[in-house]
Amino acid sequence: MILTVYHKTSYEFASPVGGILQSHRLTPAKCEGQKVIEWHVDVPGAVMGELFRDGAGDYIQTVSLRMPVTSIEVTVRGAIETTDTSGILRGHRERVPPRAYMRGTLRTEPNRAIRDLVDETLRGKANAPELERAHLLAAAVAEALPYKPGATHAHTTAAEAMTEGVGVCQDHTHVLIACAHLANMPARYVSGYLNATDDGSPHEASHAWAEIYVAGLGWVGFDASNQCCPNEHYIRLGSGLDAEDAAPIRGLVLGGAEETLDVTVVIEAQQQ
Amino acid sequence: MADTFFNEMYDQNGLRVPYRMLEGWYQNMPAEFRAVKQAEAEGLFRRYGITFAVYGEGGDPDRLIPFDMFPRVFGANEWRRLERGIKQRARALNAFLSDVYDRGEIIRAGRIPADLVYRNDAYEIAVAGFRPPLGVFSHIVGIDLVRTGADQFYVLEDNCRTPSGVSYMLENREVMMRMFPHLFQKNRVAPVDGYARLLKRTLASVAPAKCDRDPNVVLLTPGHFNSAYYEHSFLADLMGIELVEGQDLFVDGDFCWMRTTEGPKKVDVIYRRIDDAYLDPLCFRPDSTLGVPGLMNVYRSGGVTICSAPGAGVADDKAIYTYVPEMIRFYLGEAPILENVPTWQCAKSDDLKYVQENLADLVVKEVHGSGGYGMLVGPKADKATIETFAAKLAANPSNYIAQPTLALSTCPTFVEEGIAPRHVDLRPYCLVGRDVELVPGGLTRVALTEGSLVVNSSQGGGVKDTWVIAEE
Repeated sequence: MILTVYHKTSYEFASPVGGILQSHRLTPAKCEGQKVIEWHVDVPGAVMGELFRDGAGDYIQTVSLRMPVTSIEVTVRGAIETTDTSGILRGHRERVPPRAYMRGTLRTEPNRAIRDLVDETLRGKANAPELERAHLLAAAVAEALPYKPGATHAHTTAAEAMTEGVGVCQDHTHVLIACAHLANMPARYVSGYLNATDDGSPHEASHAWAEIYVAGLGWVGFDASNQCCPNEHYIRLGSGLDAEDAAPIRGLVLGGAEETLDVTVVIEAQQQ
Repeated sequence: MADTFFNEMYDQNGLRVPYRMLEGWYQNMPAEFRAVKQAEAEGLFRRYGITFAVYGEGGDPDRLIPFDMFPRVFGANEWRRLERGIKQRARALNAFLSDVYDRGEIIRAGRIPADLVYRNDAYEIAVAGFRPPLGVFSHIVGIDLVRTGADQFYVLEDNCRTPSGVSYMLENREVMMRMFPHLFQKNRVAPVDGYARLLKRTLASVAPAKCDRDPNVVLLTPGHFNSAYYEHSFLADLMGIELVEGQDLFVDGDFCWMRTTEGPKKVDVIYRRIDDAYLDPLCFRPDSTLGVPGLMNVYRSGGVTICSAPGAGVADDKAIYTYVPEMIRFYLGEAPILENVPTWQCAKSDDLKYVQENLADLVVKEVHGSGGYGMLVGPKADKATIETFAAKLAANPSNYIAQPTLALSTCPTFVEEGIAPRHVDLRPYCLVGRDVELVPGGLTRVALTEGSLVVNSSQGGGVKDTWVIAEE
């Protein structure tokens, strides 16, 4: 399948700021399930650093703009060919040892409720294959946290989402990572895009899911929000320990002022 | 009791050779003269402004660490062996860092448990797969040593990140030379003042490949409120390089720049004295204002070198320490010259059992502790203290390691009544760049309280000048 991507992030500042500095993770890396046909990231007026690949296999780019501005636009345009690999990440060049993804962060730290969820879900499954246990955990997270936008926010932790009882893809992913760690499986946060075919809602087009390391298979994606594994409708941008660590854009405003953020993401399947 | 400790000046055969030149010096020193000299030394230290606490020990930053005028002396032969052992260890620690951020051969070979390395907080995922210039991660390795016999040295711990205290090594010598110049005319004491030149050469040798001119090296400090700020400005001054704070640097495109009155100047090598977590808010702690936003991207794309390399701390963790002799055998194919202190890992149930049964004889430390806080010195503790500690240990065994109490050597030290033996340790500073180098000396800390084995300045420790005699 060929997916086209249009992703625009606009920052408007109440008063002029001294510039911006960003680290982008906005260019998909090649793996068996995806191959870039063309890809452009533009930030008018900014100095774009060279694209380099980090140990996790993600393309990283430094973007700096050092002059007074009142608005900034980051635009991603691209086309990519995707195939369904049943969620398995194959042919992805990375150097980080999977066991390094056993560590938690503030956002993926488990609480009592998450521990109980794992205990109940895996009761009697101690000898079940890892893949099965990972699927069970993903299903349990989906059941424990019905999808509901608006109840949680960008800084909500896994524990807070559990208490809330609802969440969005970011919350599902954080909770699933916490669960996998408790089950002694390395897990990480993946950010990317989703061609949300059913409702086409642009909000969900910017998406996140978890990858769990399954011995013998390698990294396998689990999208608890949609109760499936990533397929040809998914575009993988990069990974990290949590939403902040894996953010497609991490940045700061120099001499910050109040900002208004507007994000548009349109993912479409190209007609064959 | 005192006889059970190795006295570095007098052993069973009398005066030891390295100390021969001090015979007569202190005996003939009138008490009034000594008092005058001691006051003069303090005045000099105050004037230099060297009052910071070593090793991030905390405490009053303006407190002067007591300086003892009686030098600690090593003979040329003793030092040669120490030097070989220290350099060997520094090479092995760097080989380990190169390996665990690359293929992890030592883990694949089953010589070190994977989780001990990869799940360690100091293991930086952000630099996995990245090879810094020349493959060097730890450019200044501070190795803490104690001596228990004529030929017996033990390594207490390694410091691979940003070991402090070297300014004491330099200032102690400077003060001694000013106060007792004739001692240095009579004796061939190897100089240590080449340290700054060697340090600068080491830092310049790891400039990134993209740097095609004389590298611009800077020292990045967290600022004047840091307890080691004096040392930062002292070293920058000696090396003739800029002392900068995070706000003096900025990232633009693929490089890091320094603000100057003549406009931005490209920075090639950063000797940083701030922790990984604060280096770059876009990579590590987002709330840090001490670092340089975007620095890690510039580093990882080869635009600047950071010394020590982010992630170097995984080699000096107390749990990893146990495996350093194994690293030496694995990477260098050599037998370790310096020994580790036998260490029990309380995370292991057999070790824990032994430690619990022998608390009264052991020193028990927190895995991540420093400065002598939160530790139990069994032989010095009363029953109630041991019981309280036993409860803490039982609650969280993996937080602790235990070691036997070592019979630390003593060195003569000026006390009220004249001179008396006091326990000492040693921290030499090994430089690793294109070459591995060590100036003949280091920082000697001394426990000034009679019988005390704790040399930390926060707990009654002082410092001494450390001599290496160029002949024997």
